[in-house]
Order: sequence, then structure tokens, then C-alpha cells
Amino acid sequence: MNDALPATTFPAAAPPRPATPGPAVSVSQVAVRLGGKEVFTGVELTVGRGEFLAVLGPNGAGKSTLMKAILGLVPLAAGTISVLGRPPTQSRPSVGYLPQRRGFDGGTRVRGVDLVRLGLDGTRWGIPVGISNPARERRRAERRRVREVIELVDAAAYAHRAIGELSGGEQQRLLIAQALVRRPELLILDEPLDGLDLPNQATVAALLRRICVEEGVSVLLVAHDVNPLLPYLDRVIYLAAGRAVAGRVKEVITTRNLSSLYGSPIEVLRTGDGRMVVIGQPEAPHVHSHRHERPD
Amino acid sequence: MTGNPSLSLDLVSDVRQLVAFPFMVNALEAGTIVAVLAAIVGWYMVLRRQSFAGHTLAVMAFPGAAGAALAGLPTALGYYVACGAAALAMGGRSRPTMRGYRTETATIGTVQTVGLAAGYLFLSLNTEVLSGFETLLFGTFLGVTQNHVLVLLAVAVVALAALALVARPLLFATLDRDVAEASGVPAGALDVGFLLILSVAVAATSQVTGALLVFALLVAPPAAAQAITVRPLPGLVLSVAFGLVIVWLGLGVAYFSPYPVGFWTTAFAFGLYVVVRVGVFVGRGGARAAWTTRRGGWVVASPRAGS
Repeated sequence: MNDALPATTFPAAAPPRPATPGPAVSVSQVAVRLGGKEVFTGVELTVGRGEFLAVLGPNGAGKSTLMKAILGLVPLAAGTISVLGRPPTQSRPSVGYLPQRRGFDGGTRVRGVDLVRLGLDGTRWGIPVGISNPARERRRAERRRVREVIELVDAAAYAHRAIGELSGGEQQRLLIAQALVRRPELLILDEPLDGLDLPNQATVAALLRRICVEEGVSVLLVAHDVNPLLPYLDRVIYLAAGRAVAGRVKEVITTRNLSSLYGSPIEVLRTGDGRMVVIGQPEAPHVHSHRHERPD
Repeated sequence: MTGNPSLSLDLVSDVRQLVAFPFMVNALEAGTIVAVLAAIVGWYMVLRRQSFAGHTLAVMAFPGAAGAALAGLPTALGYYVACGAAALAMGGRSRPTMRGYRTETATIGTVQTVGLAAGYLFLSLNTEVLSGFETLLFGTFLGVTQNHVLVLLAVAVVALAALALVARPLLFATLDRDVAEASGVPAGALDVGFLLILSVAVAATSQVTGALLVFALLVAPPAAAQAITVRPLPGLVLSVAFGLVIVWLGLGVAYFSPYPVGFWTTAFAFGLYVVVRVGVFVGRGGARAAWTTRRGGWVVASPRAGS
């Protein structure tokens, strides 16, 4: 019915980036209080255009809360946040968001491709019944975009199967496609590697890096385990005990820094081929996917 | 029934017998309307895992009709009022999602019990012999008038138009609530809105199938359709086709047989569901895959890729 809402349209081709001036995210002296309790204070963070940045830290440090603040979903107690040069609430159409989640269970009878499509038209009221040429051309363009983004995440082989039958890594790829389908300038992901096995953690991390480079999308993600991401990150920000330390991977991820942030001994080692490994990091309690549990 | 209808091998004569009486024509029209309505609304209900809420709404038709009879109001009005009220009572409390869903089944169960108790109270307060008691629970096709049919048609058109309006945001919120909400879909309002649409569909269907047998039309067709296809549009079309087959067969066979229509529609719905599940199972070469851990069976591992 109101199929022609401007907010739901998308450019026919990737726009020259940046489409809006300024850094992707700029967080300045931000404090958040939830239920009277201070989650963090004095947080400074800048995500440059096309940067790949991870927010790390132990559970309960407020990583997800920081993401929600950047999305404009939580009020600030102090400080300012600007996303793509605008206040968070105004920049939302240009931001792709993947919340922390468990997988779809085996009984979910919807195709991956339909799920991706909902990222494009899921907010539109009415059903697409327009038979005029522009309406049909628009639907064709939308189908094309869905195909394109599914190929971008290498999910074409299984996008037409029921989402509940897919593995966690395959589901995650389709959800990333859904977040990308509107050509966001910034992609925010909350624990995208959680619940994936090690090979899938590595391939999803590599996929995110590729999207960042090829599509020019700034990527900001939350993780509690840095190791699978280390080869790909531009910068990291550690949130712990209400404060934050940000910088290049090599500057921030040191034995001294991490041990002081976590308040427990942590070692940063170098492997033979020069890769870094963080040892002794207090593992967050693992949230398992419900997909493999027996139904009661 | 006058003129003892009898089944013959001549299909044309069978159909001619079927539509010989106006009451039967009305019943077929009413059945067709509710089959379409229930199949489409039910497709969403099954996808949203709200069958228990749907069943509770169906049970609400009982106190609704008993209360209306007690107050001297039209029974149909009782159906709609009671189902709508129950939908509102449950609306704020149920939060269905695809993953890790914690639907407030306790609230729904409580509403259901209170409704049943109230219905029983209304029955016992009613000093007149309530002749339609069985009809209320198990349905009839004898009492459907031309007026009923027109009201059902109007109700179905309104309910389906409302569902069409929210079709895509509702699907989005059902599958991917957090992302839908972050994109500006009012998921909470859609929860209540869908329960209201569901209550209307249930109340309408109850008038043909009876309060207890609503599920023959509300669950079986969409569940069978979703077992066959994962595509939304073909799923909906298939669901409607199944609903129509169940109603037409049920009414037709009941007309020629001594057994009640509620039994026949339910029997056909059940048969269809079983055939589809077995067919899908065999079609997928499922003997090996069926007893994997995911389905709650005994065997060890599913051959699928790791999570």
C-alpha cells in the first residue's frame, strides 16, 4: 500500500563513500546509568570510515549497552554520541544492526532468502500488490539486491532452505546479509561469533573484514574472545570496570594492559608466524544455542 | 432430515442432493468463508507458535456463548466479545519469538481455566434447558442462516484486510523480533493486534466447527502446508486449499452419514495432517534423519554441518 516510503528505498548501486561527512561513530565522554547503577563513564571512542573495530571486555562491562547507546536505544547520563555525523536516532536507516542472539530452532519454517528480504521490506505496511511498471521494476530491483547480498556472504547454496535447518554459521551469514541489504554505512554486531564453532568463527570474522574492505562499510562489533578477530581488526577498545582503553591492537593488547583491565593475570603471546594469542582471558559463560537441545 | 439422502456413484446427483436444501447451501458458504479465514490466520499462528493461545481463545467461545444465552443476547455476539476480551487479557503478556521464547503459558492457562469456569457457571445459572450445548462445543451446520453467512463474510473480509495491512511487519517481528524492533516495527502492538485478529478468526470458526473443534481448521491446514513448503505465498495458498478440502469433504460426508459434522471435519483434518507428515518424512528419506537428537529421539548424531 504505502510501498513508496522514501525511508525504505535504497540506492541502486553502492554510493560513493562516505555519503555523509565525519567519522562513522564519535562517542565523547559518555556515561550510561541503568536502574540507578552506573554502567560505564567517560567512554571515548571514534570509529573512522571503513574501519573494523571491536569492543572487548569481560561480561557485564557494558559492551552491549554501549552498542545500544550508539543505536540510540539507551539514554545517556552524560556526554554525546554522533553516528555518521548525526544524532543516533536520525542515522538509524544507514546503520545495520545484528543483536546478540541464539539460533533459529529447527522448526522455523521460513527460508533464509525471505529473512534477508525482510531486512529490506519488513517494515512496510500492506502487501505488495502494485502492478504498475515502477512497482514491478522496484520489486525486481529488490530481488536483485537480495540475491546480490546473499552472494556477498557466500550463502547462495543454502539461502533457499528453511533457516531452522541450517548450521549456526550459515544462519549467521544470512543474518549478516539481512543487516547489509539496505546498504548501511555502519554495521554494528553484538557477539557475532558467539555460539559458533572455531572454523566458523574464523570464516565469519574473515567475512566481516571482507565486507568492511570491499563494501566500504565501517564495522563495529562486540566480542568477549578476541583471538578469532585479531588478524582482522584495525583497532580495539577494551571496556572493563567502568572504564575504557582504546587504540591499535598492538598498543592495547599487551600483557600489562589486559591484566590490569581484567584484574587477573593475562598473557599475550606471539606465535611462530607472528600472530598474537591472548591467554588466560576469563571466558564469559558460554550461552549455548537452543538449536541442539532436545525439546522437552 | 427429510428425504434421506443417499450416496451414489453419480457425482452430479450427489452434489445436486447436497445443495437441494437452503440450509445446506448456507452451511457450505459459511464453511468456505471460515476455511479461508482460519487457514490464513492459522498460518501466522502456527509460525508464531501460538497454538496454545489459539486454543484458549477457542475455549473462550464457550463462556461467551453461554453468557450471551443467559443475558438473552445473540450467541454470535457472545463469541466475539469473549474471544476479544481474552485476546486483550493475554495480549500484553505473551511475547512469542522464534528463539528462546518464553511465552507466558501460565497466564494463558489461567485465562483458559477462568473462562471455562465462567462458562460452566453461566450454564448452571441458565434455568432454561440450553438445547444448543453440544452444538456450542462440537458445532453444527443446521442452524446457519443467510444472515449468518453475510455477517461471517463481513467479519472475514475485515480480519483479512487487517492481516494484510500488517503482513510484513508481523512476519518480521515474528521471526526476528530484536532486529524488527530496532528497525522501528512496533512489535508489542503487533502482538496484541494479531491476538485480536486471531480471536475474530476463532470466534467465526467456532460458529461452524464448535468451540472445541476449531483446531481442525485453524491448525491442521497451515501446519500441513508448512511441513510441505517453506515459501510464504505457496504456503498460504496450500493452507487455504487444505482448509477448503477439509470443510467441503466434512460437510459433504456428514450430510450423507449419521455421524456429526464436527467429527468428519476433524477426522479429515487429522487424516490430511498425518498423510502430509508421513509423505514429507518418506520424501526426505527421513528414516535415517528422523531420530536425531534435534527431534528428541534416541540416536546419536545428525549428519548436518557443525554449528
